[in-house]
Amino acid sequence: MEHNSEPRQDRVKLCQRCESRPASVHVSTVVNGEKFDRLLCEECARQEGAYHFMLIPQFTIQHVLGGLIGASPTGQLRQAVVDKSCPVCGYSYKQFAETGRLGCDHCYDAFHEELEPLVKRLHGSVEHHGKVPKRAGQNILQQRTLDELRRKMQDAIAREAFEEAAKWRDEIRVLEGQPQQDQGGHSDGAL
Amino acid sequence: MAPFSAWMQAKGPDADIVLSSRIRLARNLKNTVFPNRLNDESAKKMLDQIEWAIGDLGSGWNMHFQKLDSLSPIHRQVQVEKHLISPALIEEPVKYKALAVDEKESISIMVNEEDHLRIQILLSGLQLKEAWTIADQLDDVLEQRLDYAYDNHSGYLTACPTNIGTAMRASVMVHLPALVLTRQASQVFTTLAQIGMVVRGLYGEGSDAVGNIFQISNQVSLGLSEEEFIHNLATVTQQIVGRERHARQYLQDNAGVVLTDRVERAWGLLTHARIMSSEEALRLLSEVKLGQDLNLLPQTESTFTQLTLLTRPGFLQSLAGHELQAAERDQIRAQFLRSKLRGESGPE
Ligand SMILES: [Zn+2]
Ligand SMILES: [Zn+2]
Repeated sequence: MEHNSEPRQDRVKLCQRCESRPASVHVSTVVNGEKFDRLLCEECARQEGAYHFMLIPQFTIQHVLGGLIGASPTGQLRQAVVDKSCPVCGYSYKQFAETGRLGCDHCYDAFHEELEPLVKRLHGSVEHHGKVPKRAGQNILQQRTLDELRRKMQDAIAREAFEEAAKWRDEIRVLEGQPQQDQGGHSDGAL
Repeated sequence: MAPFSAWMQAKGPDADIVLSSRIRLARNLKNTVFPNRLNDESAKKMLDQIEWAIGDLGSGWNMHFQKLDSLSPIHRQVQVEKHLISPALIEEPVKYKALAVDEKESISIMVNEEDHLRIQILLSGLQLKEAWTIADQLDDVLEQRLDYAYDNHSGYLTACPTNIGTAMRASVMVHLPALVLTRQASQVFTTLAQIGMVVRGLYGEGSDAVGNIFQISNQVSLGLSEEEFIHNLATVTQQIVGRERHARQYLQDNAGVVLTDRVERAWGLLTHARIMSSEEALRLLSEVKLGQDLNLLPQTESTFTQLTLLTRPGFLQSLAGHELQAAERDQIRAQFLRSKLRGESGPE
């Protein structure tokens, strides 16, 4: 977000390293918590191993992390938060605050309390509404289907369409793995 | 290895302006530390697991798996220049990193970049939905073989919380010379930032990026479905395409001979110069492309994206077959571009 905002000058800027070729790469480096911004030519950027120009993050987690989660108004992380670590991989919250990266999938549980407001700030939401993996998400897929069937059943009841409601009820039972008790018998709509 | 990827043929919808559409999905394995924390033993184990899974996909997918340390540094660089992998993947140390690419170079999988897996689909023109369909299918067949880190509430879990949820980045690469020439680009980009889209110059920064090539992507990955994110980006892209076409029409109606002079000069330089830096080449190629799109210049057999790739240092060196110093590259670059634009068969 911090780029693109300042007015651009028309003259060509020269590389701040070789001072001969035109600068085309914006290189940001963080040394001891201090950020340095330099404009380099492609060649110098490559020589410095900073060939990042195709992936310059305009909005990094560090921007958001700064002074937000677990941080007191003075910018220091609260000791209790600093000391927190993931019981599975041993990664500490302090490491996360420094790198913006988590240690393993279980870190999300370990730091749930701290991450939730951060995620809310980053995404404007904390709830996943996208794809559910077929295997890892089998339960939730079934849950979503069941919810949908229950909704249809309730809807049918509300319309007094009891035969239809019984049909949905049977489908729900199949999905829940329950035996269909009144198999073959005429459904009278009693649910 | 074919020198160019299939998407560079510029065959998709609006491919004169939308150079490519890309979908990238991040996936991680359950109960496995993220790549930045892997030790030798765990890294080897997970790499073997992923190599098996990709190999097991079968001939339908035709994925060619390669460990990064088996590729030369120039070859790795070329993969970045072709947008098949990210610059982060080729950062040292590359041990335990890998990539898998299909024959057309439309599908690539990065292994042990920031996340265990990054699945990427790259198509020509505005084809975000089509790219998502392929990504979704590939993701399904991989998930049959790998245990993903997934949470019912937060979605796919990633090394960085900026990517959780769908763990998807959708992006388009657009060529917007007329919006830049008419000084509308920064205003358009400011508007995009306000609606949660990220714009960056592909080469260089800001609204005066070299070559007028920009990448637009969704900033957020959680809270909407993949289809909704894609729909939003596709809608925005269509609007930008409309504005670019409008600006081109404006230039043609109002700039007349000035515009023609400008693109003819670019053509003249590219077909005659003997020394050409990559910045100058990109700038001129962009103008030539505009001239071709407006039928002010003859078409060439090579597409804009192919010619652009031809300016990149890694690609030039792979064509030359050996390392080249910057000054040598500037000469060879000029030579290749000259012959491509003149329609001669490439100098060997
Ligand atoms: Zn330099
Ligand atoms: Zn952990």
